[in-house]
Amino acid sequence: MSALLEVRDVTMRFGGLVAVADLTLEVTQGHAHGIIGPNGAGKTTAFNVITGIYTPTAGDVLFRGEIISGRRPSAIARGGIARTFQNIRLFRDLTVLDNVRIAHDAHARYSWPGAMVQLPSARRAEQESIEHCTDLLEKFGLVDAAYERAGDLPYGSQRRLEIARAMALQPSLLLLDEPAAGMNSAETLKLVEFLGWLRDHFSVTMLLIEHHMQLVMTFCDRITVLDFGKTIAEGSPDEVRNDPKVIEAYLGQEDGHE
Amino acid sequence: MDYFAQQAINAVQLGSIYALIALGYSMVYGVLVMINFAHGDVFMVSSFFCFLLLLVLPVPFGAALIIVMLATAILGVAIERLAYRPLRNAPRVSAIITALGCGLVIQNTTLSLSPYSQRMPELFVPVLQHFGGVTVSSLQVLIIGVSVGLMIALDFFIRKTRYGMAMRAIAQDRISVPLMGVPVNQIIAMTFAIGAALGGAAGVLYASAYPVISATMGVLVGWKAFVAAVIGGIGNVRGAVLGAYVLGAVEVFTVTILPSTYRDLVVYSLLLVILVFKPYGLLGRPSVQKV
Amino acid sequence: MMRWFKQPPPRGVLLALLAAGLAACFAIEQFGLVDDYVRFVLITLGINIILCVSLNLVNGWMGEFSVGHAGFMALGAYLSACVSVKWLGWGDPLWMFPLAVMAGGLLAGAVGLLLGLLSFKTRGDYLAIITLAFLMIVKSGIENIPYVGGPRGFLGIGNHTTLLWTAVWTVLTLWAIRNLVYSRFGRGIVAVREDEIAANAMGVDTRKAKLAAFVVSSFFGGVAGALFAHQLQFINPGVFDIVKSTEILVMVYLGGIGSLGGSILGAAAFTILAQVLQPLGTWRMVILPLILVLLMLFRPRGIMGMREFPWFVPRREFPAKEDKK
Repeated sequence: MSALLEVRDVTMRFGGLVAVADLTLEVTQGHAHGIIGPNGAGKTTAFNVITGIYTPTAGDVLFRGEIISGRRPSAIARGGIARTFQNIRLFRDLTVLDNVRIAHDAHARYSWPGAMVQLPSARRAEQESIEHCTDLLEKFGLVDAAYERAGDLPYGSQRRLEIARAMALQPSLLLLDEPAAGMNSAETLKLVEFLGWLRDHFSVTMLLIEHHMQLVMTFCDRITVLDFGKTIAEGSPDEVRNDPKVIEAYLGQEDGHE
Repeated sequence: MDYFAQQAINAVQLGSIYALIALGYSMVYGVLVMINFAHGDVFMVSSFFCFLLLLVLPVPFGAALIIVMLATAILGVAIERLAYRPLRNAPRVSAIITALGCGLVIQNTTLSLSPYSQRMPELFVPVLQHFGGVTVSSLQVLIIGVSVGLMIALDFFIRKTRYGMAMRAIAQDRISVPLMGVPVNQIIAMTFAIGAALGGAAGVLYASAYPVISATMGVLVGWKAFVAAVIGGIGNVRGAVLGAYVLGAVEVFTVTILPSTYRDLVVYSLLLVILVFKPYGLLGRPSVQKV
Repeated sequence: MMRWFKQPPPRGVLLALLAAGLAACFAIEQFGLVDDYVRFVLITLGINIILCVSLNLVNGWMGEFSVGHAGFMALGAYLSACVSVKWLGWGDPLWMFPLAVMAGGLLAGAVGLLLGLLSFKTRGDYLAIITLAFLMIVKSGIENIPYVGGPRGFLGIGNHTTLLWTAVWTVLTLWAIRNLVYSRFGRGIVAVREDEIAANAMGVDTRKAKLAAFVVSSFFGGVAGALFAHQLQFINPGVFDIVKSTEILVMVYLGGIGSLGGSILGAAAFTILAQVLQPLGTWRMVILPLILVLLMLFRPRGIMGMREFPWFVPRREFPAKEDKK
């Protein structure tokens, strides 16, 4: 199986602060790849570099063999990489359906003059977008809330909506930033089921940042461990679990989480 | 050469007055991240305060300056209390619009009460000194002296006193500062008071230098000072002063080469050009947004 | 971005009403059914609606703060006047006038493109300042062009703005902007307002969205300016200043940001208010900004902020009525 995403010696520097140093990471197609590490280890920065919010100070990011570092975030998103955010970034004042439609719009083709005079191609595309997104919401169990304000949804639904919105981009790679944040053990187990369904139903490769060890160890195929911006370990869950450097850095107990 | 020196003095005079007004804009922006569009009109009104004062009670220059500064400070605090404080946590757009509205209310109230320009009674009899081909009036020296003096006092206040430190702290982080026992409302009120007082001083000085005052001065002069503050980097006290003298020089020297109708065009084009290349002004720094 | 008031009306009803309205406008003009004053106010209303809806695109839907709209009016007014008086004055108004108006709109739109490009890197306060600078530059720029009369103004513009033309342009503006808003570009514009970073992450080309907003907004601002010039028959740079921009701001924030129905409401309320306050002279401009301040204190989103009359919403946007299976 090939590497869908390749991060090659990426360094991200902000003035004097080095957030990420010589990060090298390969995500195999079809895998679920976890990134763990203490707070401030550079995990979200790595996400931001991969998705184009930052251009790396050094190194490259390759997606399907092509260099994407330096491209604009919207281009990278349209190219097949979608993400969620650590602090949910939904379009709070818009409806649930519109949130999803905005992501789906990325693949629409019609022009804005065409939209303004209501060309048939534009109208068809709009109708199709509503149908597709309503379908998607149904799969995520959110269709009954389709016309509610996104900001009014309960926390768990908001997280699910953010993932649904990301999936509307029809991505090959999904980046999830702490999907289990704020969840207890029971909710985390359901999330694992949900993520498994996601991976199988949509055939999407996943890259996750997480603190919940339970989730990471049971769900991920490979794990990269970061600390102070550097990779300190990489391998299968078993390998990582038993790596003395990782244990020293922050694991402590096997099933503890932050 | 003499002509150049003469114009340079004019530029410094104009720049000094602009600086006093620009400081008001920058201080408020620094502390509240809000463009106080009403400030230019507060400056205009202060010159009318001076005018009314002198009509009723002819006092010497120093007393007029202090009284008007005080009156303007009170006006500034009143506006903050009534119009801005309720909106402190509202979206930024609301605050800007309110400021714009307040400015227009002040301007047009003055315009309605005084549709024609007024001539200021003489506050100061200038003595002219000639240095070769250059004439310096003691009024110019006074204006520059008072302005610079106030700026130095302000700099001292901001850097060396507790209140100044509190202002700088609030400019950095408005949320956690009150948690440390700093009376934010009072400090903000103080900021407005000082900014308005400086504008009041500018009003007196301007009216002394150009004794015909009108209600449209707020837009004509006050907004130029705003441009100066933005050019220097709004929110930055040193930037305000820098921008003001740059603007004073640009205005004075533009009129020497081009017809006076080009003055505003040049000033606002300069603003646009600077913002395109230095979006945060000459000395400004962007705030970093965490993703 | 919408909350429903009532059911959407059938398409046929809308078209019939539209046809009736336009026919009425034509008849009023043709047979002199109303006096000059009422006609003047109606035309002003139409122009105000166009101004309000177009500014709402940038200030409401995109959530920015532009104070420069009067500048786009000025560009449209002056260019259309040049076309209709100096260049194509010999032509039949039937084809010449719409051409002049289009030209005004296109010039304004082109300049709006520049502003849109500037908005890529700047947002919020600094963009507001840039729009202010733009307004001042246009105004003082025109003052220095003797060809169009400089500070003394441009006289002798033909009275081509009929009630029918105003109605046609008003309907066109509302229809075009409504179509834009309920398309992927409209959603993109709103996404930029809500969260630009998330919008980018979800594939929204935020640059295209900003350009679309500014260009369309300024185009129709120019159209309104052209209609305005040919209604008053005299324009001078002093008209297109911060006071005019503030009037448009009052319309937008009174009627409701991000709403077509709100724009019409705001324009109507303002037009009536302006007529009622006319005898007050300069006190008018004390009351209007005061209203603006009170709005910001008590109802910042306006009467219909972010809500919409179902008549403007495309039928496909409404929840499908499904039987529970």
